[in-house]
Amino acid sequence: MSRAIEEKLIFEKDHPGRTGASLPACDVPAADPASLLGPLARREAPALLPELSEVDVVRHFTRLSTYNYAVDMGLYPLGSCTMKYNPKINEEVARLEGFARLHPMQPESMAQGALELMATLQRHLCAVSGMDACTLQPSAGAQGEFTGIQLIRACLEDRGDARRVMLIPDSAHGTNPASAHFAGYEVEQIQSGADGCVDLAALSARMRPDVAGIMLTVPNTLGIFEKNIAEICRLLHANGSLVYVDGANLNALMGITRPGDWGADVMHINLHKTFSTPHGGGGPGAGPVVCKAHLEPFLPKPVLVQREGRYAWDHERPKSIGKVQAFFGNFLVLVRALAYIETLGGEGLKRASELAVLNANYLRAQLLPLLKLGFDGPTLHEVVFCDKELPNGVTTLDLAKRLIDYGFHPPTVYFPLIVHGALMIEPTETEPVEELDRFVEAVRAILEEARDRPDLVKSAPHAAYRRRLDEVAAARNPRLTYRPESPKG
Amino acid sequence: MRYFPSSDEDVRALLAASGVKGVEDLFVSIPSEVRLKEPLAVPAAVPEPELRERFVGRSIRNSSATCRPCFLGAGAYDHYAPAAVDQLLLRSEFYTAYTPYQPELAQGTLQAIFEFQTMMADLTGMDVSNASLYDGGSATAEAALMAHRIHKGRRVLVARSLHPAYREVLRTYLRHIGLTVEEIPFGPDGRLDLGALKSRLDAEVCTVLVGQPNFFGVVEDVRAVASALPQERRPLLGVAVSEALSLALLEPPGRQGADIVCGEARSFGLPLGYGGPYLGFMTTRTQHMRQLPGRICGQTVDADGRRGFVLTLTTREQHIRREKATSNICTNEGLCMLAATIYLSLVGRKGLRELAVQNLSKAEYLKARLAEKGLRPLFASPTFNEFAVKLPVEGPKASEAAYAADLLGGYDLSRDYPELAGGHLLCATERVSKAACDRMADVLGGLS
Repeated sequence: MSRAIEEKLIFEKDHPGRTGASLPACDVPAADPASLLGPLARREAPALLPELSEVDVVRHFTRLSTYNYAVDMGLYPLGSCTMKYNPKINEEVARLEGFARLHPMQPESMAQGALELMATLQRHLCAVSGMDACTLQPSAGAQGEFTGIQLIRACLEDRGDARRVMLIPDSAHGTNPASAHFAGYEVEQIQSGADGCVDLAALSARMRPDVAGIMLTVPNTLGIFEKNIAEICRLLHANGSLVYVDGANLNALMGITRPGDWGADVMHINLHKTFSTPHGGGGPGAGPVVCKAHLEPFLPKPVLVQREGRYAWDHERPKSIGKVQAFFGNFLVLVRALAYIETLGGEGLKRASELAVLNANYLRAQLLPLLKLGFDGPTLHEVVFCDKELPNGVTTLDLAKRLIDYGFHPPTVYFPLIVHGALMIEPTETEPVEELDRFVEAVRAILEEARDRPDLVKSAPHAAYRRRLDEVAAARNPRLTYRPESPKG
Repeated sequence: MRYFPSSDEDVRALLAASGVKGVEDLFVSIPSEVRLKEPLAVPAAVPEPELRERFVGRSIRNSSATCRPCFLGAGAYDHYAPAAVDQLLLRSEFYTAYTPYQPELAQGTLQAIFEFQTMMADLTGMDVSNASLYDGGSATAEAALMAHRIHKGRRVLVARSLHPAYREVLRTYLRHIGLTVEEIPFGPDGRLDLGALKSRLDAEVCTVLVGQPNFFGVVEDVRAVASALPQERRPLLGVAVSEALSLALLEPPGRQGADIVCGEARSFGLPLGYGGPYLGFMTTRTQHMRQLPGRICGQTVDADGRRGFVLTLTTREQHIRREKATSNICTNEGLCMLAATIYLSLVGRKGLRELAVQNLSKAEYLKARLAEKGLRPLFASPTFNEFAVKLPVEGPKASEAAYAADLLGGYDLSRDYPELAGGHLLCATERVSKAACDRMADVLGGLS
């Protein structure tokens, strides 16, 4: 990889006179922008875009792609990110023109296929989660959280008191407190007990009328199931509070247990985790929200309904929290998720969870002689190790960077915050045993290097397209755009 | 199951090596009172050939812009994307990668973000850009939140002519954090009513948000809006662009006095896709960069001094700051950002301008043909590739007539603006032919 071509920035490749697109011939008289738009509206300098041929552009981005690591190349064990395989048929069906060129403002009568697809996906997501109603509008997990907390707030306001506080465990993803804050709640952190779960006695003591609800990730970010979840739901409900479940880790639970059956009121589901839609180097995702019937009146509008055998959008939703996205959600992501669900079927979804948990337990057992656990609880879909016992001042980051040289993407590091130097490993069900074994051998080899040649580990990676990048310098002196030496006219 | 590599034999071996007797025993930590006792109520697995047929069936039960020329815009414009865009998006090194947390393994994604940020900052006339937001609606809401962080004022003024869905998203985002949203009307020219704006300004106004072009397709006089703002406790001027292609022709909002430019860049190489995924963006001046929401990529060097790229200014973000973060956003629209970067690289600076002129030309042609039929523009102000006309009939009737003539008709403005009964929004991009424009003019001209 270190011998890869050094691809310049696209602007540095500018070659005036080339073109990479063929525009249609203009069959109407050419308009004169200057006279139509007036001087105030006219752009004077041409845009800082390159002039390149299609070949140049294709080579540029193809070369860039070779500097990436991806699921299709091997194990990508980012904990809580569920980097499972992204099926190819999903990519194909999402590109069908009847989906890809469907305009969101078309009358419902012209979009019945899309609406049936969305209704079917909603039904399946309710079945998997044990909930009653669904919105597909949120664009990603964090927007789903924001939507879900807004539902809680709207429900409580409807009862006459929005309350003030959202309880969130210290093991939660950062999006949870941020989402609760933007929905208008004060965040109160609750400490995890010695077993990595919520401390029931402490929670019980905190049940006062100012508590709007609790946000729980189940299984939590330690890969541990909240064993008292039913009791937690009862406690909250007895206090007039609601329970939000962060579905980031749903991949451990399909067909095994359902948040709706625990008593949870509302949850979001990351289709780009559990339901195999690609992460795309940072999106697009989709974060549908499912809820119990008592929250249904507050769902974002419009709501998909069926009238006389036809699907339609109901905009008359007086109690709705409003919209979180301009249209109906990341539809082409929804297409992929439904293709996945229908491919696996109910039994296949359960099998996915079983195998995901099995792979995590296998890695745990194999790595246990090498690394120290962050929490000694039973593992579901992911396992968290800590940095105790790393020799010679080698850090979690060093171990992660050295894994790159062995051909792996590193696990999630330094999260959850409650584990010192955390290494959070989630293999998912789509990894073959050989790949897991190769990973274990890599960790074993790196720990030996850490003992014998620590500098080799501390200065890793050595075999990637770039060696360790200076993030401190990037933040101290931010350069966020390319500036040409002498601007082109 | 073809996505699960573990054979039955593998499963037995994995269980044995994990010290677990059976698959059931992996879940002993889940109390039986909450265990699901019956199978999931999801139908049985569908083989790939049948699945494909099923999805083809669903897709052809939609009547898309493939079937008829599309005059529908209203925030989603039917542009052609060169085949190379999608072919490159199918590189699984891009689409099966995660957010670039480990920069040494993600230089492809990061360099593309850096290029995207450069393009968007330049197109909008700003210094810096983030790596994308969800869509134009949430980007507009994030712009208001950002303006509030900078200015501290609690009143948000938004043009009533801004996209109705963006305004709805704005209200949802601001509802519970103590900010008020007030609408500023449009004048008879379809532009922001500057008199009304001035009468509503005070020291508590943290931002004024206008659409460019606005929902009626009208090009706002952003300079005039900027001049109307007071020097003292000056609110931030936010410009929300719902048709990014217009940036190739219009003076960049950053040069006209905008402090934040946000909006929707789906026009750059992404499909209509029934409303998503789209591409929200945001740009601003250097002085405000630490208040931007979302991911930002920055240039740095590696241990050998070679140029490289990383996610930067992360202390703004939720995984560090939690409830004090500038936004809750985590996953954004990475692959859509890549599509736009590829698209803009292919089309290039001359091509983008030529394309924008073509869009303007088509819309002006349609406008002229409708005028010949006695259908006048609702507003006399300049427009880009979309404009409103006044019809003698109600919107649904016009849509039905267009559909009967194998056209995808315009948007009924009275759905969102009861005061504009008969107002019909029509868009013409490079994808509609002269003949289709003629047919549309005949159809609408024949209504009574």
